[in-house]
Amino acid sequence: MAARKTTGKSNVSADELLKYYKDMLLIRRFEEKAGQLYGMGLIGGFCHLYIGQEAVVVGLEAAAKDGDKRITSYRDHGHMLACGMDPKGVMAELTGREGGYSKGKGGSMHMFSKEKHFYGGHGIVGAQVPLGTGLGFADKYKGNDNVTFVYFGDGAANQGQVYESYNMAELWNLPVVYVIENNQYAMGTSTKRSTKSPNLWERGAAYGIKGEAVDGMDVMAVKAAGEKAIAACRAGDGPYILEVMTYRYRGHSMSDPAKYRTREEVQKMREERDPIERVREMLTTGGLATDEDLKAIDKEIKAVVNDSAEFAKDSPEPSLDELWTDIYAAPQEADA
Amino acid sequence: MATEILMPALSPTMEEGTLAKWLVKEGDEITSGMIIAEIETDKATMEFEAVDEGTMGKILIDEGTEGVKVNTPIAVLLEEGESADDIKASAPASDAKADEKAEEPAKSDSDVAADKPVAAQPAAELPSVPEPDWPEGTEMKSMTVREALREAMAEEMRRNDTVFLMGEEVGEYQGAYKISQGLLDEFGAKRVIDTPITEAGFTGLAVGAAWGGLNPIVEFMTFNFAMQAIDHLINSAAKTNYMSGGQLPCPIVFRGPNGAAARVAAQHSQDYAAWYSHIPGLKVVMPYSAADAKGLLKSAIRDGNPVVFLENEILYGRTFEVPDMDDFTVPIGKARIARQGKDVTIVSFGIGMTYALEAAEKLAADGIDAEVIDLRTIRPMDTATIISSVKKTNRLVTVEEGFPQSSVGNFISATVMMEAFDYLDAPVINLCGKDVPMPYAANLEKLALITTDEVIEAVHKVTYR
Ligand SMILES: Cc1ncc(C[n+]2csc(CCOP(=O)(O)OP(=O)(O)O)c2C)c(N)n1
Ligand SMILES: [Mg+2]
Repeated sequence: MAARKTTGKSNVSADELLKYYKDMLLIRRFEEKAGQLYGMGLIGGFCHLYIGQEAVVVGLEAAAKDGDKRITSYRDHGHMLACGMDPKGVMAELTGREGGYSKGKGGSMHMFSKEKHFYGGHGIVGAQVPLGTGLGFADKYKGNDNVTFVYFGDGAANQGQVYESYNMAELWNLPVVYVIENNQYAMGTSTKRSTKSPNLWERGAAYGIKGEAVDGMDVMAVKAAGEKAIAACRAGDGPYILEVMTYRYRGHSMSDPAKYRTREEVQKMREERDPIERVREMLTTGGLATDEDLKAIDKEIKAVVNDSAEFAKDSPEPSLDELWTDIYAAPQEADA
Repeated sequence: MATEILMPALSPTMEEGTLAKWLVKEGDEITSGMIIAEIETDKATMEFEAVDEGTMGKILIDEGTEGVKVNTPIAVLLEEGESADDIKASAPASDAKADEKAEEPAKSDSDVAADKPVAAQPAAELPSVPEPDWPEGTEMKSMTVREALREAMAEEMRRNDTVFLMGEEVGEYQGAYKISQGLLDEFGAKRVIDTPITEAGFTGLAVGAAWGGLNPIVEFMTFNFAMQAIDHLINSAAKTNYMSGGQLPCPIVFRGPNGAAARVAAQHSQDYAAWYSHIPGLKVVMPYSAADAKGLLKSAIRDGNPVVFLENEILYGRTFEVPDMDDFTVPIGKARIARQGKDVTIVSFGIGMTYALEAAEKLAADGIDAEVIDLRTIRPMDTATIISSVKKTNRLVTVEEGFPQSSVGNFISATVMMEAFDYLDAPVINLCGKDVPMPYAANLEKLALITTDEVIEAVHKVTYR
């Protein structure tokens, strides 16, 4: 990986590290459970798991403040959990139930929370990039200091609308952090087979946008890079590009046989680079937590995830008249 | 407590699969994330990972077993301190269940290779077709729609070396829906081209390549993603022959799955038949059977005009009879009378034919004799076949999956009203998908899609019985 190492090992407190550990573990256990429910037929359609990439969203959320916005692709469960959405509501959307964030109408790929400033959940590769740029445009227009995180994949980075967005964002100095989650594959296509310009963050330079590559398996490095990017945006010096080097352990979606990479490649990543193991080790070797402490956390997380699964199974299917609601919004009222 | 490992669903459309191989044996230590078995779905062989930890206590379904239904217990995992003997005592129910299920494959083996139970297998059992697409007495072979499409492309690529295939995951991955399986091996990377995810770019590029003398086949992973490129389909491919006074024809095929699959929600479930049928300069084809898929795709590749070729993921795995001929083609622009009848005309196309034919079978039992027309080509439309049928039956129902407003059925109604008004004994009914974005929830999705019962009800209405 060509990532630059920005390690923030130094002054991190036990509480902070424990929080990242918990947040990442929640995503991992949640995704494992989602995979299991898919296997049982409780989740249908496409389901894209985030396992392996947990440090990306947890690191960036650690750098965000209230009011900041985020938008991403269909691989969105981790983003929702990291920005504080309720695991029950997310899991119930996966099972297509009334208790889900979209009342069961959106499913895994299309979920939103206005309250948590999470703007989806988009099924069309690359579409979220101009949409997120527009969220940044609205904040600048209103004159607040919010920043928008626009997440997209290495595959999406080849869509033309990404570069149309870059051009406008820099032209108008929009407060947008573009986060390229480079997990090295777009379905079965490795980055080597889709582009000859290997450093995706460098493409921003053509538009005058600053950026850098970050080790996405190191939550502290992600957080540090996020802080820098956000500071630039809040100072009116946006946009900014972060290419976060990461890896997905599972197939592209549940139905991907993943024949395009070796079992050994995945195994090596898991054993040597796992973002959760890395923090676990920092906690234990640094004497910041005991095995007992960590066991208690594991148990606590397991309980949260199991509760979300129970909720998602028990929540009723949406009522049949929901088919005909929400097609149009109520007429917009003038702001009082 | 012992944990049952259940047969997983590994794709949106999977209902059963083959337990191809066990990678662990009884007594092995299992950790979560470990790959324990290989399972074959209709599309691929998948690795199956363990979620829970423990010792493999008992394998309930032997490797090689076909037709294992999703959620059947396939093995039992023991926790520390338990032994395989405990299972029999503690979980006899699951053993019994497994045995029961294990008998099922025999049943499903006998009803040949159909992926999903299809009530009517019309193509094979139809009465005489007025103008047959192949000579009487031609040898037939059973083939899935997926195989038929693959054969059509391979035959045309052998025949003409300016034909090439381009799209996302068509080469090394063998196609997201395995339509192009094996083509990279046969034709090489020059002619089977994996693109980056950049639909607007590669579609425009392919149109340019067609002007430059090539015959591109552009595969959209699904037609939902062609929306990224729709400008090139319409503004570049469809109009330039006209704008250039006939100098720049565009021989190109745009193909891929169209319409709803299963539980993939609003952005991934849309029928574009009506959309593209609006555009002069485009031809629009939407086959139902494997024979039509093959014969029409070959014609589309040779056509010399931009052809939008709309396939369907749910139909890919269905088996039909296809004539075993050297060079079998079906002409674009010609409907097929799939079932002859005298009481009512039902016009449909693509997956809509499933409901139309099923309804016709059930109506026959009620003494209503329906004529079913498979449009096959949406543009240019064979309205003559529809009109002559309506002149005979005096009643018409159209069936399609797309949205109601400005549907294909609307155009058919208008045409029939203008050309055969005096022959109509009842207002025409246009059956469509519901006028809502496709919901994800299973119960709502079912409601949003058209059903056989709706077709039957509409026929009762137009026949007043
Ligand atoms: C416009 C469009 N084209 C194709 C697809 C099908 N598709 C879904 S995900 C995907 C791969 C995207 O890879 P990447 O951007 O690297 O994201 P990742 O899945 O790795 O998170 C493709 C081709 C789509 N959903 N939308
Ligand atoms: Mg990727």
